[in-house]
Amino acid sequence: MKAWPRKDGRKGIRNVVVVGYLVECAHHVAKTIVNKADNLDVQLIGFPGCYPNEYALKIMQAICTHPNVGGAVLLSLGCEGFNRELLKETISNSGRPVETLVIQENGGTKTTVAKGLQAVSKVQTEISKIKKVDMRVDELIIGTICGGSDGTSGISGNPAVGYCFDRLVEEDATCIFEETGELIGCEQVMTERAVTPELAKEIDDCLAKAARYYEILGYGSFAPGNAEGGLTTQEEKSMGAYCKSGDSEIVGLIKPGDIPPTKGLYLLDVVPDGEVRFGFPNISDNAEIVELIACGCHITLFTTGRGSVVGSAISPVIKICANPETYKNLSEDMDVNAGRVLEGTATPKEIGDEIYQLVLDVADGKLSKSEELGHQEFILTYKHFEPVGPACLPSAVKIKVL
Amino acid sequence: MTKTTDTRLVLLHDTDNIFVCCQKISAGESIYLEGDTLIIKTDINVGHKLARNNISIKGKVYKYGASIGSAKADIEKADHVHLHNLKSDYMPSYQRSGVIDDSLSNTSSDTKSDASKVNA
Repeated sequence: MKAWPRKDGRKGIRNVVVVGYLVECAHHVAKTIVNKADNLDVQLIGFPGCYPNEYALKIMQAICTHPNVGGAVLLSLGCEGFNRELLKETISNSGRPVETLVIQENGGTKTTVAKGLQAVSKVQTEISKIKKVDMRVDELIIGTICGGSDGTSGISGNPAVGYCFDRLVEEDATCIFEETGELIGCEQVMTERAVTPELAKEIDDCLAKAARYYEILGYGSFAPGNAEGGLTTQEEKSMGAYCKSGDSEIVGLIKPGDIPPTKGLYLLDVVPDGEVRFGFPNISDNAEIVELIACGCHITLFTTGRGSVVGSAISPVIKICANPETYKNLSEDMDVNAGRVLEGTATPKEIGDEIYQLVLDVADGKLSKSEELGHQEFILTYKHFEPVGPACLPSAVKIKVL
Repeated sequence: MTKTTDTRLVLLHDTDNIFVCCQKISAGESIYLEGDTLIIKTDINVGHKLARNNISIKGKVYKYGASIGSAKADIEKADHVHLHNLKSDYMPSYQRSGVIDDSLSNTSSDTKSDASKVNA
């Protein structure tokens, strides 16, 4: 595989210019610049809120310095609370070209759009000079989520991704799974897979936090409909989502915006800390995809039963369709037909191998279906997190940090 | 999955003691299952589980290589595994220090009482 080298040692499988709005008031100007640039590698990201939020700043910093990003153009109205100076400094210190345009200081919409297009083209020229280098499997970070699940997800798509994850981890890649709210019921299996008892305790606490959070929001987990679909117990239902993580040991627990410090399998805790505030933790699938990307994911494996068409800005999404009927209906949006397991023509392991090969191809430049179709969804909302505790990360790294 | 086993069944993990049904199997059908030809006693719908081997009462049922609960009745190879013979062992974190589920001693196959326990 060939990839773009970055100053921090990571490598990007894409070389994107992000155009980021720092408040909803600058969204239209940023969007117009992206539309006029009309290039798949010029992509829109942003945060709509006017009041500052540490989490949003951390995610924007992580996204703008993601290895798939070559440079950035930031759009500010001028009076929003977002710390645009710090964001610019972070991007600049990462060795990437960055330009900030403040609409209130630039003469309005038209002028800022014109200047923004110039800025994009300047950044593009600069990053097109970067020479690609070799990239190994063990330098990849791969994430997984599921969305629009149905009874087939736990039979075909999710176990197949589990096999793919096992193979990636065996080859020293880094893999990340999440959806702690869906994993309630898997505490015992998960804690048994943790590399240390201290990490097991952290994972257990993390799931208890998720259970409490969703209970306050009024969402139970085991619905009567599950039994009709053949699911008998809470742990069985959760295992259906959890099996995406495969069989490898869990080496760490991270939060959105944390970059995994080592190889291996990580759990991403997406449920906010502290009292419930700012509403629902992940308002849609793309909110979770953004958090996986903020942790450095080069590619996201998205399993679906009922069908989804989304992709993402920054990092390609590979969609794995679990249901053969859905695949027939939405084949133009699906990268992998895991529904063949239900038709008796493939095993989950065979589909896992197919996904693994596609990961390597997409990492080497092949466009995923959602990329070809121009899907570049991005959503970021308010959240609050405390930093992870020392027991959450592998000990070798703790020593290095000290 | 062994080549000889009915292709309507999928084994999700090597250590599992259940298969998952991918296409409906009707009561009375004779199916080949890892060395044995067995008669299916009840309709098995898509997504439902079928025992890979005999499972004694209180034995763990494994799916995805993990325990998804305990048998609350003796289960024979090729039996449908669901609410009537399988119960959850799960105790939410915030209840772990007290509530004991006594339904293991209840070998009745009354699905209704199971459902109410799930909601409890």
